[in-house]
Amino acid sequence: MSEGNASPPVLELRNVSKTYQIKQGMFGERKPLKAVNDVSLSLQRGDVLGLVGESGCGKSTLAKILLGLEAPTSGEVLVDGEPIGAQNRRLLARRIQPIFQDPYSSLNPRKSIRDIISLPLRVHGIGDSASQDKAVREILDVVGLPSRVMNSYPSQMSGGQRQRVAIARALIMKPEVVVCDEPTSALDVSVQSQILNLLGELRREFGLTYLFISHNLAVVEHLATRVAVMYLGRIVEEAPVGALFDEPRHPYTEALLASVLTPEPDLGVPDTHLGATYPNPIEPPTGCHFHPRCARVMERCKGVAPQITCDGEHSVECHLYGRESGQAVA
Amino acid sequence: MPGSIRVFGWLEMARTADTLLEDIQGPTPGQMLRKRIFGHQGLLFGVAVLGLLLLVAIFAPLLAPHDPYAQDLLARMQPPVFLGGSWEHPLGTDHLGRDYLSRLIYGARISLLIGGFAALISGLIGTAMGVAAGYFGGRVDMAVTFLINVRLAMPVVLVALAIVAVFGGSLQVVILVLGFLLWDRFAVVMRSSTLQVRSREYVTAAQAIGCSTSRVILSEIMPNIVNNLIVVVTLEMAHAILLEAALSFLGLGVQPPTPSWGLMVSEGKQMMLFEPWLVAIPGITLFVLVLAINLLGDGLRDVTAPENRS
Repeated sequence: MSEGNASPPVLELRNVSKTYQIKQGMFGERKPLKAVNDVSLSLQRGDVLGLVGESGCGKSTLAKILLGLEAPTSGEVLVDGEPIGAQNRRLLARRIQPIFQDPYSSLNPRKSIRDIISLPLRVHGIGDSASQDKAVREILDVVGLPSRVMNSYPSQMSGGQRQRVAIARALIMKPEVVVCDEPTSALDVSVQSQILNLLGELRREFGLTYLFISHNLAVVEHLATRVAVMYLGRIVEEAPVGALFDEPRHPYTEALLASVLTPEPDLGVPDTHLGATYPNPIEPPTGCHFHPRCARVMERCKGVAPQITCDGEHSVECHLYGRESGQAVA
Repeated sequence: MPGSIRVFGWLEMARTADTLLEDIQGPTPGQMLRKRIFGHQGLLFGVAVLGLLLLVAIFAPLLAPHDPYAQDLLARMQPPVFLGGSWEHPLGTDHLGRDYLSRLIYGARISLLIGGFAALISGLIGTAMGVAAGYFGGRVDMAVTFLINVRLAMPVVLVALAIVAVFGGSLQVVILVLGFLLWDRFAVVMRSSTLQVRSREYVTAAQAIGCSTSRVILSEIMPNIVNNLIVVVTLEMAHAILLEAALSFLGLGVQPPTPSWGLMVSEGKQMMLFEPWLVAIPGITLFVLVLAINLLGDGLRDVTAPENRS
């Protein structure tokens, strides 16, 4: 677990927002959609931050911002204390690499495994072809694939093998941060655990920092050191993994944990009070964005947006835990 | 890792089942492609006929028994051998006494030249526009879509007729006119295939690696849409050959005495009721060439279509 130490966080987000202008119809006026709304996070070296939330809450947009594929509308992202806006994409690529959800879509079907894994080296002009071959062999060994797969093609491999190739591609330039966007949700259950264990081993071996995006709470609990819960573009609760799973504070986190199906069919589908509807992100609810679905909604929630309150490492954005006055904190 | 797994039991169970990786099996994409090609009769027929005609066109001076321009007014409209003619002119002679077989052989050059170059020019224009529209989206896409709609609103034959009427008919003019008119299908198909491939995660991965835009397009996107491109090339090649024949038939394409199949049909049409083979021979040749090209395109689509892959 990370303790507050003096070195700057390897990855830090300061008040990052991303707003898309959505045009409805040909002559409709443009309306802002806040996909990511004032998000602040910081990761120490070796941290694994699990980012959980429903589909459409902004997790993947956040990942794209970290990878430099989307520019934030406001706020900044710092890697080792340096804002990434000031670095070009090629330099950023050497420090942050992605692992994607679907290994059937993340490997170019026309390229051999050797070409896929060595692409980062070739793009950045690292080494000649002999040393690139050697690097590919080494990284294949690290991710647990025999080096003879170099001349194979993705279509010849299983999902788990493909995901290992994707991991090898992400790690070959020795990045500091790996953004894993649901890296196991497209895999068989038995293969999921292999990939998760591999990610855990690689983190210890290379001192990697993960941002682990998932909607599978079991996976997050297995791998993460800290967890952030996202709702409608905002981080509503963030805490070390044990604290969050043991005593969730935000009603949304409670509902998420309650919504996990248990292996006992007699228990039936859990009642979470969430209902089926996800609010329209173009016109988010007033006050606390979560209040229409909240089981513990109060009068104040409908008009006043809650502020973040911190209790040690556990921060939550909810009126239940805010200052008793209920006024906006200056 | 802290604590036990309380939400699901499977993680702990599966952890011990970290089995040996199964072996890599199955043929490479190249091997599978080869197998599908040789199992596709239409494709093989198309390749064979097109290849044969290509060889005929290239070696026309060696194969033609007579000079295609030489007139022999004493031996006009000789019937082909199968209608009682002589082996001196196996497919007979036309109304100026020119050897029909020689004109047919040289005509293959015109048809393939026009088909090939018109498809090349329109392919370059349409692919560049379509890929740019699909990749960049937004305003580029709006501009390209507008241009495609403008182009689709123009009747090809009418525009071709007007331009040829102004600039005069010649091989170069016909090639350029068709090349600049037939890019619409390239643009439409390339735009939608690029849109499809662009959202694949390997494109995002290449961007996150730091690849330049041109590298992403050329080495990640193009190899995955080139099979669609080849299919459109064959369709447009056949389209251009037919349009050239139509323009020549109307007297606005390749000008006489150049041997063009469309022109041969046109010149034979006065005698059609008495000597139907004058129209039938170039007509059948045209039909076989276009059929072969379309079979080739169909076959290529079949063997490269992703839904065909196991």
